[in-house]
Amino acid sequence: MALPARESPKGKVVSLFVTCIVDMVYPDTGMSVVDILEHVGARVVFPPAQTCCGQPAFNSGYRDEARTVARHFFHAFQDAEVIVTPSGSCATMLRHEYPSLFAPEDGDLYKQAQRIAEITWEFSEYLVEGLGLVNLDLALPAPQRFAMHDACHGLRGLGLGGAARDLLAQLGNAELCELNECEVCCGFGGLFSIKMPALSNAMLRNKIDNIKSSPAETIVTGDVSCLTQMNGGLSRSKSSKRVLHLADVLAKGLPR
Amino acid sequence: MSVELRSKDFVSLADIALHNPDLQKAVGSGTRGGYHNRAKAMFEFGDAHGENMRAQAAEAKRRALRKLPELLELAEDRLRENGWGVEWAEDAEAANRLVLDIARRHAVETVTKSKSMLSEELGVNQVMEAAGLRVVETDLGEYIIQLNKESPSHVVAPVMHMTKAEIRDVFVRELDMQPTDDAEAMVAFARKRLRQDFLSADMGISGGNFLIAETGSIGLVMNEGNGRLCTSMPRVHIALVGIEKIVETVADYATLTQVLPRSATGQPLSVYTNILSGPGRAQEVDGPERCYVILVDNGRSKIYGTDYAEALACIRCGACQNACPVYRSAGGHAYGWVYGGPIGAVLTPLLVGLENAAPLPHASSLCGSCKQVCPVDIDLPRMLLDLRHDLVQSGESASGWDVAMKLWAVGMTSPTRFALGGRAARAGQALLGDYMPGPLGNWSEERDFPAFAPKPFRQLWKEREKGSGT
Repeated sequence: MALPARESPKGKVVSLFVTCIVDMVYPDTGMSVVDILEHVGARVVFPPAQTCCGQPAFNSGYRDEARTVARHFFHAFQDAEVIVTPSGSCATMLRHEYPSLFAPEDGDLYKQAQRIAEITWEFSEYLVEGLGLVNLDLALPAPQRFAMHDACHGLRGLGLGGAARDLLAQLGNAELCELNECEVCCGFGGLFSIKMPALSNAMLRNKIDNIKSSPAETIVTGDVSCLTQMNGGLSRSKSSKRVLHLADVLAKGLPR
Repeated sequence: MSVELRSKDFVSLADIALHNPDLQKAVGSGTRGGYHNRAKAMFEFGDAHGENMRAQAAEAKRRALRKLPELLELAEDRLRENGWGVEWAEDAEAANRLVLDIARRHAVETVTKSKSMLSEELGVNQVMEAAGLRVVETDLGEYIIQLNKESPSHVVAPVMHMTKAEIRDVFVRELDMQPTDDAEAMVAFARKRLRQDFLSADMGISGGNFLIAETGSIGLVMNEGNGRLCTSMPRVHIALVGIEKIVETVADYATLTQVLPRSATGQPLSVYTNILSGPGRAQEVDGPERCYVILVDNGRSKIYGTDYAEALACIRCGACQNACPVYRSAGGHAYGWVYGGPIGAVLTPLLVGLENAAPLPHASSLCGSCKQVCPVDIDLPRMLLDLRHDLVQSGESASGWDVAMKLWAVGMTSPTRFALGGRAARAGQALLGDYMPGPLGNWSEERDFPAFAPKPFRQLWKEREKGSGT
C-alpha cells in the first residue's frame, strides 16, 4: 500500500507526538527532540491530551481497541497542522495503519485517519525531507564514533535510513562507522518480546554480538522501543556500549 | 500419513532448535548466505532493474490468479492436446489415491522423485511405501532427508538445519559410506548410488514450479539435473502441481524464471530450466510413454476466495525464510508442518486451520524483511496482522490478553488515566525492583528494563512552559 502524499511542512506549527514510551521512560529524549526542532526554527506545541497511537493493540490483532485509541488520538491532535514524532514505528502506525483501520463508510473518522496520515512526519524525515535540511550546524564537544541501527518500521515501513545517516554525517566531531547487519531486527517487535521471549532474546544476542564487534562506541537509532531492547541486552551483558536516540545525539551538538 | 502437524507447539519446538548449537550454526550461516547471494543476484544490474523484475513477476502471478478458473480450463485442454493425462484432486487423500492408481495401472515397482513441497503436504511417499512401492528421493537434500527419516526444513534447501558432519554420519550409518569430510566425495558417493535408481525406476514423480496454460506444459527449474532424469527416463511421469502454480504464457514463465533462481539461490538462472510438454513423440528416441498432471487443490481454492488470496502467488523460493530473523533462530521444523518461515506462518494456518496453528501468526517481530525480499511482493506482514485479528475475532487468543487490551484501551483514552498509569508503573517498579510480574517477567530474563522517569515528559513540558512564561 502506498503512503499518502504530504504537503511541505515548512513554516507550519509542529504538534509533537512524543509517544507513550518517551513520555514515561525517556522524557529527556523528548526534550532533545524539542530542542533540535526549535534549533531549526520550528514552533513546537505539545497537545496535552495525547497518550498512545494504539500500535500495541493493532499489532496483536485487537482492532476494536486500536480504533478506540485512534479516535482519542484524532481528538488530541484535532488542531494539528503538522505532527512530528521521534519514532519510525509510531509514525508507521499513523501513516500506514490509521487509514487501514477505518473504511470510507466510517465517514468523518475515515477522513480524520487520512488527515493524520497526511500530516505526520518521523523526526529525521521531517528535518531532511520535510524541511530539506541536512546540515543543522551542530558539533559535538569531542570526537566520537557512531553507527546506525536501522529500526525496522522506519526502514521498511517508511523507507527511512538515509535521513538519519545524512544528519549524522554533517554532525561535527561525529564519525560514522559500520554496524554489521544494521538492517536486521533487534528482536523487540512489541509484544513479540513478551510472547516469545526465547526467540526475541536470540535475535537480541545476535544484535549485541554485532554491536560489540562494531568500531562504534555508540549506536544510533530512531526508535526508543528498539533502543530499550538493545540497551537492556547491553547492560545485562556488561557491555559499556549504549544505543542512543538520534535526537539525543544531535542535541549533544547544540551550542551551549 | 503426511507430515505430523505440530504447529501448536511452535514455542517449545523453537526452544529445542535454540538449544541445538549445530542447528544454530547451520541455519545461521545457510540463511545469511542465501540472503546475501539473493541481494547480489537480484540487483546485479542496479536497484531499479531488480525492482522492475520483481514488479513484473508480481504482476504475472497476480494476473494468473485473477484469471485462475479460466486458465485452469485452458491448461487442461492444452495439456490433453499434448498427450498428458489430467487429473484433479480435491485433497491429499484424492491425490494419493490417483498416484497409486496410476502406479498400479502401469505395474510400477520403483519410483524416483524430484523435489516437490506439495508432495510433502500430501505425504505421498508414505502412502506409496505402505502400498509396497520403492520410493527414492533424488534431489540430494531430499535424499538425505529421506535417509534420515525427517522432513525438509526449508523450501529450497531441505537440509538447511544440518551440518556437513551430520550429513556424513547419515551416509555412513544408512549407506555404509567410507567416512570422509570432503563434500565433493560425499556428493560423488550419493550420485553413484542415485544413478542405479534412475536406471531402474519405472515411474518418476516431479512437482511443477509453474503450469504454463497457453502451451499445456510444466515449467521445472533445478540445479542437479535429477528432475530431468526423473521426468524423462522412467516409462511413466507424474507431475504433482498445486492449482495456484498456473501462469498464462511462456513469456510469464520467462519473467518468473528471472526472479526464482535469483531469489532462491542467488543464480541468474538455474542450471536446468525445463519446459515439459508431455510423453515422448513417436519419432523421438526417449521420453516417457505416459505422462500425467495431477492438479491439487488441498485447501487452495478455500484461500482463493479470501483476503489472503495473495499468498497463493508464492513461488516457493525461500527468500523470506532466509531473510526472517525468527526463522534464522527457530529453523524450519519449529513451524510444525511443511512450510517454515514467514510464508509458513501465513500458509499453515490458512491450509490446516487457524485453531491448529494459533502461535504462528505471532512468530514474527513484523520487521518486514520478508515482504522486502519476496520476488512477487506478497505482503506477508499485512497477512500476519490480519491473522492475528482473526485469532482475536475467533476467540483463539488467550483470554488474559483480551482483558489486558480492554483495560489498556481504557487507560489510553484519557491523559489523566494515562498519567496515573505512568505513576502507578513507576511506583510498582520502585516497590518490586528488578522483579516484573506476570508475562512481563519474560522480559527481564535476559534483558534489563529501564527505569520509569521520575518526571514524565508532559510534566517537564508544563514546567518549561511555565518557566518561559515568567
